Amino acid sequence: MKLSFSAADEQFREEIAGWLRDNLCGEFEEIRFRGGPGDEHMYVEERKAWEARMHRGGWTCIGWPREYGGRAASIEQQVIFNEEYARAGGPGRMGHIGETLTGPTLIAFGSQEQKQRYLPGILRGEELWCQGYSEPNAGSDLANVKTRARFDEDSQQWQISGQKVWTSLAHESQYCFVLARTDPDSVGHKGLGFFLVAMDQPGVEVRPIEQLTGTSEFNEVFFDEAVCSAQDIVGLPGEGWKVAMGLLGFERGVSTLGQQMLFQNEFDEIIRVARENGAAQDPAIRQRIADAHVGLRIMRFNSMRMLSGGGDDGSLQKEAMIYKLYWATWHRNLGKLAMDILGAESEILDAGPYELNRLQSMYLFTRSDTIYGGTNQIQRNIIAERALGMPREPRG
Amino acid sequence: MEFRFTEEQEMIRDTAQAFLAEVSTSEAVRAAMATESGYDLDLWQRICDQMYWQAIHIPEQYGGMGLGYVELVAMLEQMGRYLLCSPFYATVCLAANSLLLAADEAQKTDYLAQIVAGSTGTLAYTGMSGRWDAAAVEATCEPSGDGYLINGSYRFVPDGHTADILVVAARLPGSEGEQGISLFVLPAETAGISRQWLPTMDQTRKQAQLVCDQVHVPSSALMGEAGNAWPQLSKIIDLAAVAIAADQVGGAQQSLDITLAYLQERVQFGRVIASYQAVKHKAADMMLKAEAGRSAIYYAACVADEVLTGGPMAAELPEAASIAKAYCSDAYFFNAGCGIQLHGGVGFTAEYDIQLYFKRAKSTETFLGNAAYHRERLARQLLDGEVAA
Repeated sequence: MKLSFSAADEQFREEIAGWLRDNLCGEFEEIRFRGGPGDEHMYVEERKAWEARMHRGGWTCIGWPREYGGRAASIEQQVIFNEEYARAGGPGRMGHIGETLTGPTLIAFGSQEQKQRYLPGILRGEELWCQGYSEPNAGSDLANVKTRARFDEDSQQWQISGQKVWTSLAHESQYCFVLARTDPDSVGHKGLGFFLVAMDQPGVEVRPIEQLTGTSEFNEVFFDEAVCSAQDIVGLPGEGWKVAMGLLGFERGVSTLGQQMLFQNEFDEIIRVARENGAAQDPAIRQRIADAHVGLRIMRFNSMRMLSGGGDDGSLQKEAMIYKLYWATWHRNLGKLAMDILGAESEILDAGPYELNRLQSMYLFTRSDTIYGGTNQIQRNIIAERALGMPREPRG
Repeated sequence: MEFRFTEEQEMIRDTAQAFLAEVSTSEAVRAAMATESGYDLDLWQRICDQMYWQAIHIPEQYGGMGLGYVELVAMLEQMGRYLLCSPFYATVCLAANSLLLAADEAQKTDYLAQIVAGSTGTLAYTGMSGRWDAAAVEATCEPSGDGYLINGSYRFVPDGHTADILVVAARLPGSEGEQGISLFVLPAETAGISRQWLPTMDQTRKQAQLVCDQVHVPSSALMGEAGNAWPQLSKIIDLAAVAIAADQVGGAQQSLDITLAYLQERVQFGRVIASYQAVKHKAADMMLKAEAGRSAIYYAACVADEVLTGGPMAAELPEAASIAKAYCSDAYFFNAGCGIQLHGGVGFTAEYDIQLYFKRAKSTETFLGNAAYHRERLARQLLDGEVAA
């Protein structure tokens, strides 16, 4: 049992850290540490320019196979990349949905034509994607999507109608991958299709959702007979669920250490404030700061176990299954701790009408952590049913 | 990245698991815990003669198996899981570790050989205060003739009433804190030592009170330098904390497992109670605690290994030990407490084993400092810029 990366991986770490030192500066200095969760609406143009710089350096889509322009980086190397990227203050990636979701899906399930058409734009950081999964009545119950896709024999195109919600970056994206019902009489997992839909067309309308943070990273997207060519369905009509679920399996923990580096940055800031304003002398606060530290360190060791693969006992799956519940709950607690350390000052904003400082924004945004991507309650169901073998919830 | 057991380590764990499932049954635990010694001598001899567990991490030059702390932790996790009643922890994780970290060659050759041969041992450092830091050391020692004179009391000493070999800490009269502390190794039968069993709420782990009244030991009993033993003792305590945290993880896991088994068979309102979401969610939280605790002890085991072998991670021991002890103490208590609740009425009976885990959770939590103690220790490193010894 070893808690270290190989020499070759450490050399890879040097390479990416060096490149970031040389490139994430000058014109890009102002976007360091910006555009992450809760801040995704900021510095959009600058971050698009950064995507192009990343591409020139060969640092977009590093996990993709070489034939599609990637580096075929191992899981370990992708983890290291994300960790060093976060350590250097790399801005929130504008292209992350295309890189981590669309690309791997097309590589696994897409046609040759779809790969040729869409992968290069993602690789170059020029074509941005958003995710059309959730709907007003299909949140945790994703299989309940009602958006319809009808094949129009006259135009030989798909026509998509319905409403998606919680779509981040929708107003900046050229494309959206949409889960829609190809068989209008179907229910549940069956009769769905997975579509690649252009956003710039009359049948697509994007409306920002004002969040409790006062900002709008998320949107509603309305499709009203939006068109999609016959070639732009991934897999066959009826196979959409399989494609969508395959996509969820691609993450494999590569972003975990990068995420933890962001958490560490926040935690360091909290400690700095606590030492400055004297909260660090309060025994109750000291306990909570130490508890947060324990939690963050263990989060790293959880990831390391996840990355090391499980034994025959299926420990990998178990590790992976607790991860979301663990980090989301930890981060939500960190947000509250930050406010408690700030004390009365936690209420006072940087400026009116509603300009939050970094910790305030983090605090409010963490309330979404335990909801998006599977609520804590759904996570507990998954753990109980799949890891512990307890009876499944009845499904309608 | 190989942050997982090797095949050999998995084999050691599985062998320990299979053996303990056979010998440390509920009946065996209940029989052993009802005795004052707290363990079955025949089983201990079997562990020493057939399994050779007492020798696991003692270097081969002293007759041991020469394995590492990761292997030791893998076994301790299983011992916690099966509530093993045995002098193993005190002998291996207190006495042998003390010898490995603080003894001179002659002492190692002598005492480690005794342990390999099946003698038991323990460490006594905490006095009547019940503290676990350097100020815990209350007994005094002063030069006398060709040796030292030790006076004072020790409390909460694991298996102190049955151990053959004692490692004791004592301080120069008038010294305070980390200053003036010495370590000695001596036969428990040394004149002037009286030992008394303390009945305990958790009966699976025995504790004793030791009183040293004008105990004269030769200078050959002194481990290391007189008055300067805190750096060693501090490491010994941290290694012991890692080891007890491994016991806690095993207990936290088994608290979940035996509860799950009950939930899957108990029927109310026409369905097994495992099918109720309120119950499932509690079980999911228990699994999270057990898994996260496991991550913490595996990390701490890697660090502890390097403490014994001299690797670069050795400096992380105080942090790793406190992380493991803080998290696993809370995790075990949480899981055992939830276990009683989810068992419902039978969880409150003596008959069901969950109560034994609940009690062991508390006794292991208290021993070597509870979660709050270890969090404050971490807070000093994080907030006060304090460098741990």
